[in-house]
Amino acid sequence: MSAKIDLENVSCDFGSFRAVDNANVSIEPGEFFSFLGPSGCGKTTILRMISGFIEPTEGAIKIGGKDMRGQRPNQRPTALIFQNLALFPLMPIWENISFGLEVRGVDKATRRKKAEELLELVDLKGAADKMVSQLSGGQKQRVAIARALAVEPSVMLLDEPLSALDLKLRQHMRAELRAIQKRTGVTFIYITHDQGEALAMSDRVGVMSQGRIQQIANPRDIYNAPINGFVAGFVGENNIFEGKSGAIAAGMAGFDTAYGTLRARINDDAKGKALRLYVRPEHTLLSAAKAEENSIPVTVSEVSFEGAFISVLCHSDDGKLIVAELRNDGSATVPDIGTKLHASFAAARAALLPDANVRG
Amino acid sequence: MSDLIRRYGVTITALMCLLVAFWLVMLVIVPNITLFEQSFRPYLPVVDVGGPKDVYSLGNYAKVFDGSIERSFFGIPYMIPVHVMTFGLTIWYSIVVTVACFALAYPLAFFMAKIANPKSLPTLLLLLFIPLWVSEVLRAFAWWIILAFKGPLNALLLAIGAIEAPVRWIVDYDGVVIGLTYTYVLFMLFPIYNAIASLDTNQIEAADDLGAPWWKIHLRIVLPHAKPGIASGCVMVFMLSAGSLLVPSILGSTTSQWFTQTIDQWFKDALDWNTASAYAFILLLLCTIFVSIALKVFKVKLSDIAK
Repeated sequence: MSAKIDLENVSCDFGSFRAVDNANVSIEPGEFFSFLGPSGCGKTTILRMISGFIEPTEGAIKIGGKDMRGQRPNQRPTALIFQNLALFPLMPIWENISFGLEVRGVDKATRRKKAEELLELVDLKGAADKMVSQLSGGQKQRVAIARALAVEPSVMLLDEPLSALDLKLRQHMRAELRAIQKRTGVTFIYITHDQGEALAMSDRVGVMSQGRIQQIANPRDIYNAPINGFVAGFVGENNIFEGKSGAIAAGMAGFDTAYGTLRARINDDAKGKALRLYVRPEHTLLSAAKAEENSIPVTVSEVSFEGAFISVLCHSDDGKLIVAELRNDGSATVPDIGTKLHASFAAARAALLPDANVRG
Repeated sequence: MSDLIRRYGVTITALMCLLVAFWLVMLVIVPNITLFEQSFRPYLPVVDVGGPKDVYSLGNYAKVFDGSIERSFFGIPYMIPVHVMTFGLTIWYSIVVTVACFALAYPLAFFMAKIANPKSLPTLLLLLFIPLWVSEVLRAFAWWIILAFKGPLNALLLAIGAIEAPVRWIVDYDGVVIGLTYTYVLFMLFPIYNAIASLDTNQIEAADDLGAPWWKIHLRIVLPHAKPGIASGCVMVFMLSAGSLLVPSILGSTTSQWFTQTIDQWFKDALDWNTASAYAFILLLLCTIFVSIALKVFKVKLSDIAK
């Protein structure tokens, strides 16, 4: 019970404001797909268009190959989990869960049985007769999932449902959600601004900015091979260098900066655009001696202990901040503040990227 | 109390307490107790007041059972005391007014709370409030003119062909019901509006998303949530209607009599304040009991209404 979802040239305008601009994405049956982006990037609008609360201004949304235009939310094979869950506080848990069946005219005994089954699926056995207010945040979460699953949707739409939970519970629910998705095989479309959440749970991630989908890829590629500066910046930290790119050869290019010519990866389609060099702090190495390539002399100005890693903040001679992250496994010596070192990175770990893809 | 003194000082605190005490004692408790005490004493010539005949009894209350008339119910004739009948009809038509107010106010309240553009809401509220700037007497007379046999309503309905002959609107209790509904509909509207406005719109959307048709959404989500608001609107409209004197006096017909009019007649025509007081307390007591029972039946707590 899952369906393919196609967004074909979908745009959505609110007055003169274009919330979603020409979105194209094909989500496979049974896939866990996340839309990731900052607030106001249009991800919730996409979700509401798929669920049917908003009609796209242009383009088509197809679920299981069928054009959904003109179909009301209650006619679509989708179930939406709201950011605030929107459980019905005046009904006991089992009526909440079986509400979708109640409106379909299923008799009470069958509904009760189905609700019990779903409660077991989401690990909440015995809560059937409780009221919503008696449950904890994580339990409410599960009830919301069970309620959505009860109508046997082909597609589950989740609008940042974990944002109200505390960190530990959030991490637990990530795994839980993923497990439920695997068990049921339903297509999940997940909306979040939390990159960790998106990367950890999804089969594929669509990163959005200013109404445009910037990149669609699996979590590894999103992090390791971002397509532009926005994606690189949104899904992690970077040391960024300004400069001018030189000739491209075998996917690599020289980049003239104030610190000499640095080398980094480049995509062919980035040619001719204004570029910047991005390198992750964990790929930035510190050494006493000058490295063979991409080496910049720096002074350590601050050491910040983060637990799993140690963040070393350095400044170059002209005052540019360069951050290097050391793993807290005893393999690296933590430099003292004021030490003069060389920051360097492998050319294959750095990328020359254009800015975000926005409407000009 | 000490908190009040700390905040406002002794003088202002004392003043506030005195004013509240004055309002409570002089304007609420004393008049009511006076009437209550009076209601148990017979109506006597001035020389006999305080004399041997001036004793407490339930005689004034028993007067509602005086003077029966014959009525028939589906062809079965029965005798009923005329004032009891007036009381019964007052309660019945107050219920009709309450139901009519709810039927008008609920869709409007839902529209205002969930559908209307928030920007146009102030205009909408203003439009609802403007009629209240006119005195109640004038508004009742306006309806009297509108509903007149040769009045504008009949003229309009005749012009658009909705009716073929003019209708007598002010017959029996029809004019009273129309007038009371108009006068008190806002007392129903605002509590319901407040209740619906506090409903999370996501809940409506969630129900919609789960496949509920619109009527099911109202039945299972909106109405249960708005129940305290509906109850407080109903209590207000019912009590105000049952206690209204002006509208039944102006929009009443020759065959309509409101219980308040009976009380008024005891006061002003018979000058028998004792019996009038007794009737007033009968109305107050029975309406209170009726409302309490209604709240019990619909499972609404008084504390919910106070919210």
